Amino acid sequence: MQFTSMILSNAEVSPGYWRMRMTAPQEFAAARPGQFVMVRVNGAIDPLLRRPFGVFDVGVHVPAQSGANPQPYLEMLYRVVGKGTAMLATLHETDLLDVLGPLGAGFDLGAPGEEKLIVGGGVGLAPLYLLAKELVKASPVRLFAGGRTRDDVLCITEFERLGVECYTATEDGSLGERGLVTSVLEQRLDAIGNRGTIFACGPHGMLNAVALIAKARGISCQVSLEGYMACGVGACLGCVAPGNGHSAETPDFRCVCVDGPVFEAGELKWRE
Amino acid sequence: MKPDMSVAIAGIKLRNPVMTASGTFGYGEEFSRYVDLESIGAFVTKGLSLRPRAGNPTPRIVETPGGMLNAIGLQNVGIEAFIAKKTSFLRSVNTPAIANFFGNTIDEYAELAGRLDAVPEVAGLEVNISCPNVKQGGIVFGTDPKCAADVVSACREATKKPLIVKLSPNVTDVVAMAKACVDAGADALSLINTLTGMAIDLDRRRPVLANITGGLSGPAIKPVALRMVWQVSRAVSVPVIGIGGIMNARDALEFILAGATAVQVGTASFINPGAAGEIAAGMEAWLADNGVADVRSLIGALEA
Repeated sequence: MQFTSMILSNAEVSPGYWRMRMTAPQEFAAARPGQFVMVRVNGAIDPLLRRPFGVFDVGVHVPAQSGANPQPYLEMLYRVVGKGTAMLATLHETDLLDVLGPLGAGFDLGAPGEEKLIVGGGVGLAPLYLLAKELVKASPVRLFAGGRTRDDVLCITEFERLGVECYTATEDGSLGERGLVTSVLEQRLDAIGNRGTIFACGPHGMLNAVALIAKARGISCQVSLEGYMACGVGACLGCVAPGNGHSAETPDFRCVCVDGPVFEAGELKWRE
Repeated sequence: MKPDMSVAIAGIKLRNPVMTASGTFGYGEEFSRYVDLESIGAFVTKGLSLRPRAGNPTPRIVETPGGMLNAIGLQNVGIEAFIAKKTSFLRSVNTPAIANFFGNTIDEYAELAGRLDAVPEVAGLEVNISCPNVKQGGIVFGTDPKCAADVVSACREATKKPLIVKLSPNVTDVVAMAKACVDAGADALSLINTLTGMAIDLDRRRPVLANITGGLSGPAIKPVALRMVWQVSRAVSVPVIGIGGIMNARDALEFILAGATAVQVGTASFINPGAAGEIAAGMEAWLADNGVADVRSLIGALEA
């Protein structure tokens, strides 16, 4: 659905990373973890296209004064990477945005009880918080969060507050283990004997590594992809990702926006 | 009084002049939850080829100031799957569907025209001789008047349905192309397709698109499109469909004044999936506000 949303708050949570809370229609309470929104940052023709953002959280704000209606909201976690996100970062409380969503297919929450391993790289954590919130209701959840520096590892306190056990890794060693988050994930998989389900979102290289780890160890794994997209509704075909059986002779492209953004890792083609 | 918004393109009756452009509206069904398809004049399918096409590697799109470049590479399900899977939806909607198609050879064009001629759900054909993305595809046909005429003649022989030819702006003389296509049997012309462009990532010293070049669309191309529609509509006697950066009702009406009988909305649907319906409603409101009883009275009514 398309709606006008009012910004409730917009704050920098780490250098270059922002968290925005905005009003949402009632229906948003049913948004599934992994779904996304397409946001128009202004009404002008530059920037022209909407920007896709994972839904970080949804909730209902109950105003302090009696008689005021509870206000459903959604949150986005975004990184300033270009013109559109830079403009978004200048917006304030009560500013309005044109939003399309929730869009796409979300995560499959898997079997209750078994361990859930969430892997996030940088701003890839964005769609994983709502996922963790759902998963902790029925399963033990561990988060593996990585980034270049400690500034790129976001919102760990919020995950801890859900009861998620958090492991961190940074390339410069400024937080947690020095190195890649995938090594920390592998240590945990060794320790628990390759059980559980993996959920991952982050840079494509990290997803590729996680998909190969899951395949080698025979573990179920879902990944959430990013893609350059114009429409978000399956029409422009800009955001496709090659499926497992893809070749020039037998084309098998999946739309990140409508077939995903969440895919079973085994559905997609990875660099071995 | 409610203005008369109806127009006709080569015998296809449109309730209003707003169509959706090929490649921006899927096969119609994708947008049915965002647009009342019965609020627009017609819609045009994603371009069809004889066999399914994979399209180009990614990145396939990039935003540019006031526009976007795309190099999708004509990914489509192919004519077989279109007929088997997509026509039942077309039957359910009381709005004409135009099938856009392209071939790699004149024989392929003719075969596709013949196959589509037999599909009752298709009200008319739009032949793409102008897509700039495929190295061995439409580009050759769409930039040479003789080749374009050969394609149009072959399609003309293969179908009795209304035949619209979509013109490329990437030519020296669009009027010569237009005349060649009309002489070869085109019932109508649609223009413009995208302008070939490119974007460069300076820091990586690489092109942004995997295909290096792509087709520019959006508001950035509207002045070029208006000029070409104006030139072509004065030079030919068949209806012209104006395309290029139409974002709102005023843009659409400018094309009508320039000589277009109808318009196609493309990139705008990506930003606002309900754009085509809103533009049709906005045009009608402008006519009512300005005391214009019939939209046809505005076609080519530019005072120049």
